Amino acid sequence: MGRKSVLIILISVILLAFVIPAFAQGDAGAVAAKGKSQWLIIASAFGMALAAAGCGYAQSRALAAACEGVSRNPGATDIIRLFLILGLAFIEFLALLTFVVILMLQ
Amino acid sequence: MHETSAVGNFINGHLFDPIARALGLHLGVNHHAVPDHIVLILLIASALILFALWLRGRLSVDNPGHAQHLVEVIFGAIQGLMKEVIGREYKHFTPLIITLAVYILIGNLLGMIPGFISPTSNLNITASMGLCVFIYYNYQGFRKQGFVGYLKHFCGPVIWLAPLLFVIELISHMARPFSLSVRLFGNIFAEELIIGSLNKLFPFVLSSIVMFLALLLSTIQSFIFILLTMVYISGAVEEAHGEGHGENHKETTVQQSADPVAAV
Repeated sequence: MGRKSVLIILISVILLAFVIPAFAQGDAGAVAAKGKSQWLIIASAFGMALAAAGCGYAQSRALAAACEGVSRNPGATDIIRLFLILGLAFIEFLALLTFVVILMLQ
Repeated sequence: MHETSAVGNFINGHLFDPIARALGLHLGVNHHAVPDHIVLILLIASALILFALWLRGRLSVDNPGHAQHLVEVIFGAIQGLMKEVIGREYKHFTPLIITLAVYILIGNLLGMIPGFISPTSNLNITASMGLCVFIYYNYQGFRKQGFVGYLKHFCGPVIWLAPLLFVIELISHMARPFSLSVRLFGNIFAEELIIGSLNKLFPFVLSSIVMFLALLLSTIQSFIFILLTMVYISGAVEEAHGEGHGENHKETTVQQSADPVAAV
């Protein structure tokens, strides 16, 4: 592949990257749906961020404890992995509930 | 929330819509007889049944084929896990759990293929599976311990706490199918939303990176679903011989299953 074709591909990729927002411009000016406050968008984004932050903190704590447990006693790896995945699922569920509530509000 | 897929449209247009019209139903211009996620889940179910029938005809001990090897690996892995979680009587519950595992895994992974959507990204599909699990484990509990015995296990160990604990346990059991179905739905739906919005932001490059994570997520979600099913079943079935004895039995099985691991 010569320099010329590389340049052409690069230019087309850059053009594509600029074209997509240009197409999306039409939707941005659309008026919000009737009866829904603009605050709903802000509140849902903020709520999801809070949920993600809490979920990330809790999951990282669980993961750290599991890693410590495995490094202290590698024989218990299988059971610790089982409990870790179960616990992560329960923690994650709280963030997912926020997501579902936001979906219901939209 | 009603996404459509090319394959769903095709099957609807050639199979279900003519049937509905023949039955005298009037469909709108952009309306199909059956929603897309139901078409796809029916497709998966029929494909699995056909695969199982095909494989059953050519099972052999001396000369197993590739497909049989694959199925045996899945079977062995899930049965090992079931032995660890449920305990001695795990073999009885194998059909439901392996069916759920394969069904959910294929349902999650189907969204990766262009032209399909994940049928599990719809709450109705996941709720059907959650309700199935709920009914199944309660039925097994009643069958194993009798009507009074299973209700007793709701009441906790101390008799004067029973009225309080019974209500709490009842609510927590009612929340189980809800949490199972919402967990699966939320994960898969969020995954599809993220891939879709990244596709709008920067086509093909970012979304293909995230799709790798989505593969991981699909597998883990189906694993979590069957793991929770096993935990619920073991909770319903385990304490068949009274509280103290049941606890001892559980401890010994855990000990046994942990020993070979420790030896390695």
